[in-house]
Amino acid sequence: MVRALVAGLGLAIVAAPLGCFVVWQRMAYFGETVAQAGLIGVALGLALQMNLTLGVMLIAIIIACLLLWFSRQKAVALDSILGLLHHAALAAGVIAVSMIGWPPVDLMGFLFGDVFAIAREDLVWIFAGGAVVLAVVAWLWQPLLRLAIHEELAAAEGVDRDRVRAVFIILLAVVIAVAMKIVGILLVMAFLVVPAVAARPLAGTPERMVVLTALIAVGSVITGLWLSATLDSPGGPSIVIVMSIVAGISLTMAALKGRQ
Amino acid sequence: MAEREGRKSPGAEGAHGHSHVQGDDRSCRSVARQKSNTRFDPNSLISARGLGISRDGRDLLIDVDLDIREGEIVTLIGPNGAGKTTLVRVLLGLEKPDRGEVHRRNDLRIGYVPQRFDVDSVIPLTVERFLRIGGNEPPERISSILSDVDASYTCEQQLTELSGGELQRVVLARALLRAPNLLVLDEPVQGVDYTGEAELYNLIGRLRDHHGFGVLLVSHDLHIVMAKSDRVICLNRHVCCSGVPDTVAQHPAYVRLFGAQAARALAVYRHHHDHSHDIAGHTHPAHDSAGEDSGAEGGSRA
Repeated sequence: MVRALVAGLGLAIVAAPLGCFVVWQRMAYFGETVAQAGLIGVALGLALQMNLTLGVMLIAIIIACLLLWFSRQKAVALDSILGLLHHAALAAGVIAVSMIGWPPVDLMGFLFGDVFAIAREDLVWIFAGGAVVLAVVAWLWQPLLRLAIHEELAAAEGVDRDRVRAVFIILLAVVIAVAMKIVGILLVMAFLVVPAVAARPLAGTPERMVVLTALIAVGSVITGLWLSATLDSPGGPSIVIVMSIVAGISLTMAALKGRQ
Repeated sequence: MAEREGRKSPGAEGAHGHSHVQGDDRSCRSVARQKSNTRFDPNSLISARGLGISRDGRDLLIDVDLDIREGEIVTLIGPNGAGKTTLVRVLLGLEKPDRGEVHRRNDLRIGYVPQRFDVDSVIPLTVERFLRIGGNEPPERISSILSDVDASYTCEQQLTELSGGELQRVVLARALLRAPNLLVLDEPVQGVDYTGEAELYNLIGRLRDHHGFGVLLVSHDLHIVMAKSDRVICLNRHVCCSGVPDTVAQHPAYVRLFGAQAARALAVYRHHHDHSHDIAGHTHPAHDSAGEDSGAEGGSRA
């Protein structure tokens, strides 16, 4: 329980800036596709007997680069490609994982996470990986923000958009891979995006939005795990449900305020 | 008049030694190509020769030459799909041309006002912060430039709260903060009403007079732009014709591209605006002399 709480809180803080950028750049669907392709990475990791987190990370980065490359063609909107791919990736992942007979795999654990099965090694991933992610975000904060505000303008002003974007994609892949253990690949993007959505109406600056996102995520992790322990409900989904309720309240309040 | 202009400003038009109004007939363009393709205009802030871009077997730009000198307002007009934005993107270095070259003067600093600035309501950002980000300009300079574009009162507001015209002026302020010697505006009046449009163009003209930077203005609107411009380039994937506003409007290629009605509307506009006021209230004759002034100015500075 303590380990679950520590892992969840660590992830909540690491995910906050990434979640904000995903929301600002309207990349939720993009992230969703990358995350769901993560299951292929699990299969790959099992097949090659390598670290599963690394496998997921690798596949996530490959899929993300593929998507960026697809988005350069103009015949089909990226949105449609994502709609197609994220189901295909999930299907391929489920097939791949189930075809690997040994070791036996807890598919539900990968899909929805198993926060109470967090090992000490996972904690190392969360905190070491998280520290690196936060450091890089802090370092690239200005160019990331400028790209999120207006990509063409930032590029014209000299921001190296390809490089910054590539770094962002890698960060996203790391967070997805690490978060998979806790909330599963189906709920990873919710863990990133929902707190950011909840924070948006309450924030006046980008930085405040990140801090609020982290606070909402931290609160949701605590409440969700408490719910989970009390009601014996699955951990990851319980956290996401709490986040969604907070987002619902926040958006409702914003809508009511907007109508006045 | 045409000859004088040609002598005083040895740019894209002058370089091939005849009237600055280029026809779109083959002979004219081939002459222009032979003589100008190899030589950039050293006095220009930015100088492009023989630009060509093809996408999916379709030519977006064909053999485009362009020079913008300091203090000069160049307006780029053309129908939708004429390649105006593509040309701007090439000049800004956002896109690589398949053919031709762009020469940028060493001290070139571009201030860019993009075509659409949809403020993403998902990013909470005040005007002040938007102007500060990436530059760390002192607050005094930010507020002074905001007042230059008549937008001081927006400083503490969220970008999403601004009207289309206010937002354009704020984006313009961001471009000005970079102390540009070339201001590039891609259809800056989209989403701005008619009065706002006229005001924005007056403002750009005033700022040009004050700072002396070159301006490249992309526009689909023929009536307002023309009066403020020193030179108009009419683009339809290739340069159809170019010159000072009134000559270009009489050019057969222009009339073919936009129809006789557009040319007449322009004449009406000129009648109303046969002079303009600068920032100090002095009266200037419009068009012809403005074009020559800037040509001479550019020459003396170089």
